[in-house]
Amino acid sequence: MTDGTMTKKYLMKDRIKTTFEQKGKKLLNVYFTAGYPTLEATVPLIEAVTEAGADLVEIGMPFSDPLADGPVIQHSGTVALQNGMNMRVLFRQLQGVRQRVPDAPILLMGYLNPVMQFGVENFCREAAEAGVDGVILPDLPLDDYVEEYQEIFRRYNLRPVFLITPQTAPERIRRIDELTDSFLYLVSGPGTTGSQTGQDSTAQEAYFQRIEAMNLRNPRLIGFGIGDKQSFDRACQYAEGAIIGSALIKAMDGVDDAPAAARQFVQSVLN
Amino acid sequence: MATSAFAPNARGYYGQFGGAFIPEMLYPNVEELRTQYLDILADPAFQQEYQQLLRDYVGRPTPLFEAKRLSAKYNTRIYLKREDLCHTGAHKVNNTVGQILLAQRLGKKRIIAETGAGQHGVATATVCALMGLECIVYMGEIDMERQKPNVYRMRLLGAEVRPATSGSKTLKDATNEAIRDWISNPVDTHYIIGSVVGPHPYPDLVARLQAVISEEMRKQLLEKTGSELPNYVVACVGGGSNAAGAFYHFLDEPDVKLIAVEAAGHGVDSGHSAATSVLGKPGIIHGSRTLLMQDEDGQITEPYSLSAGLDYPGIGPLHAYLGDSGRARFIAITDDDALRSVAELSRLEGIIPALETAHALAALDQIGAGPDDVVVVNLSGRGDKDLETYLKYAEKLTEQK
Ligand SMILES: Cc1ncc(COP(=O)(O)O)c(C=O)c1O
Repeated sequence: MTDGTMTKKYLMKDRIKTTFEQKGKKLLNVYFTAGYPTLEATVPLIEAVTEAGADLVEIGMPFSDPLADGPVIQHSGTVALQNGMNMRVLFRQLQGVRQRVPDAPILLMGYLNPVMQFGVENFCREAAEAGVDGVILPDLPLDDYVEEYQEIFRRYNLRPVFLITPQTAPERIRRIDELTDSFLYLVSGPGTTGSQTGQDSTAQEAYFQRIEAMNLRNPRLIGFGIGDKQSFDRACQYAEGAIIGSALIKAMDGVDDAPAAARQFVQSVLN
Repeated sequence: MATSAFAPNARGYYGQFGGAFIPEMLYPNVEELRTQYLDILADPAFQQEYQQLLRDYVGRPTPLFEAKRLSAKYNTRIYLKREDLCHTGAHKVNNTVGQILLAQRLGKKRIIAETGAGQHGVATATVCALMGLECIVYMGEIDMERQKPNVYRMRLLGAEVRPATSGSKTLKDATNEAIRDWISNPVDTHYIIGSVVGPHPYPDLVARLQAVISEEMRKQLLEKTGSELPNYVVACVGGGSNAAGAFYHFLDEPDVKLIAVEAAGHGVDSGHSAATSVLGKPGIIHGSRTLLMQDEDGQITEPYSLSAGLDYPGIGPLHAYLGDSGRARFIAITDDDALRSVAELSRLEGIIPALETAHALAALDQIGAGPDDVVVVNLSGRGDKDLETYLKYAEKLTEQK
């Protein structure tokens, strides 16, 4: 399976690396849940947010029991599942997305169980075929990744992204950095997605600076609790960029034209 | 048990089941626990305090009672391990007493827990009151309704009961909320999980703290029957903590048949069931790879049982392994059969069991025990919390099979 043709097929572009190299700073990575607010919104939203200036896109794969997510993303996942979203539907939707959005890195984020049931190899193959660049599975343990999945990920040139929190020990951060060839996801503070973690800003600053001083190989994006221009700009002082999820999803709540709302939201963060 | 074939390996696996599938936010807490729990449990000062509390506060050892009228009915020798006589009315307190002492040694100031039937919540609120620690219990909104007395009990004990309103609004969702709380409070909080579920080391930690049940059984059986070993040990399984405790010191005794009884709800094939060993496939729930009720997309499905303590869509990884390896036999019991066993034990022995426990009793006519066999049923809890349910189903309780 590791023959050259297969590997080459998926080696065409390193969109993540290119994006970080070309822009270097103030990168905006947006997260939304596949199949929310409507089943077919996924691809129109990718187009809308990238046109509005988002540099990377994270597509949430909805899960019934999203342990690391706060109420907003939980709700979007529940709606998406009710709308009929699943892995097969998502990969069908993503077919051809690269004709419309050629350059922005697309990452899939979700929980391990649906990926395991789909089959990790199947998942990686379908993702690579669709032009997905990276995968974020917060409940995939590092050791299990190294022992069971790293080779498969590499075969399909999919980049894993791992989370780092204020409690992550320095030697563990080094190990994560070694295993990463994309970017590091800095969780801004204790909490689930969407929570306001920036209460103690001195402690947070110290954390960001401590990581910065480690001179890691990979660039960093800060996520969790970033929700507007002010918090985005602040995060960008300490990292190459930031990730916004819950606030974008909230901005689409109850609107008729979700892509328009998403476009407007992204512009409000960037301008 | 260091040499047991049923102990988890260093990464918390029982065969293919177990492990710690947790987001990075939980890693430091779980790692702290993993690196310290064995040392703390082995510390003589810990053991002394734990044993003393089990004796003077919980009321251990609990009796092993020969149920003569029940034995006559099933034509075998049935002993009841009276965990229902523990302080707070169920086995759950064995675990919470141990974990609160552990939490103190880890320097934690705030305790969180999930609860289904409310027994674990009450047991946690109780030890928090005893130690003067802040206590927050997450409970599914539906469970708060069907186990009202336990909600009042927890509040009276000074705990805050927070409703879990997501998903099926039962035990699985309460567990999700407790885990999210732990993610948000990574430094000062200890999560007292209520069963042999969750990421390693919880399944092993809780099994060790419940193991006192089978430790006592062996001594009591020797006294009463002349042998430490029974022919059968029967226990109900929600997550599996009372069963783990009842099985623990018999795991490496192949002559002792282990019977794990799950909730079939309306029937295993009815679409309203919690019989994980039949309906589950390997998957990940609450940080553990185990048998899990899920749809073909890997979404966790909502289990059903009339009993709030058994409607969990997974089982502890130890039990998944016991089932897989053939060491334990699994039997599923419907709501109706469990209700009939409630009435049966009440009238034959003057003991009103918890609805969870009644599932274990209802399996007695399926295990194949003969007149000379010794059967121990782990009577995990008393029925006071279920009186409202028993009233509601008064007719079913006494109808004949
Ligand atoms: C009396 C009683 N028995 C059994 C259980 C099921 O839990 P476990 O399988 O962990 O023993 C409960 C849970 O609430 C309970 O209250």
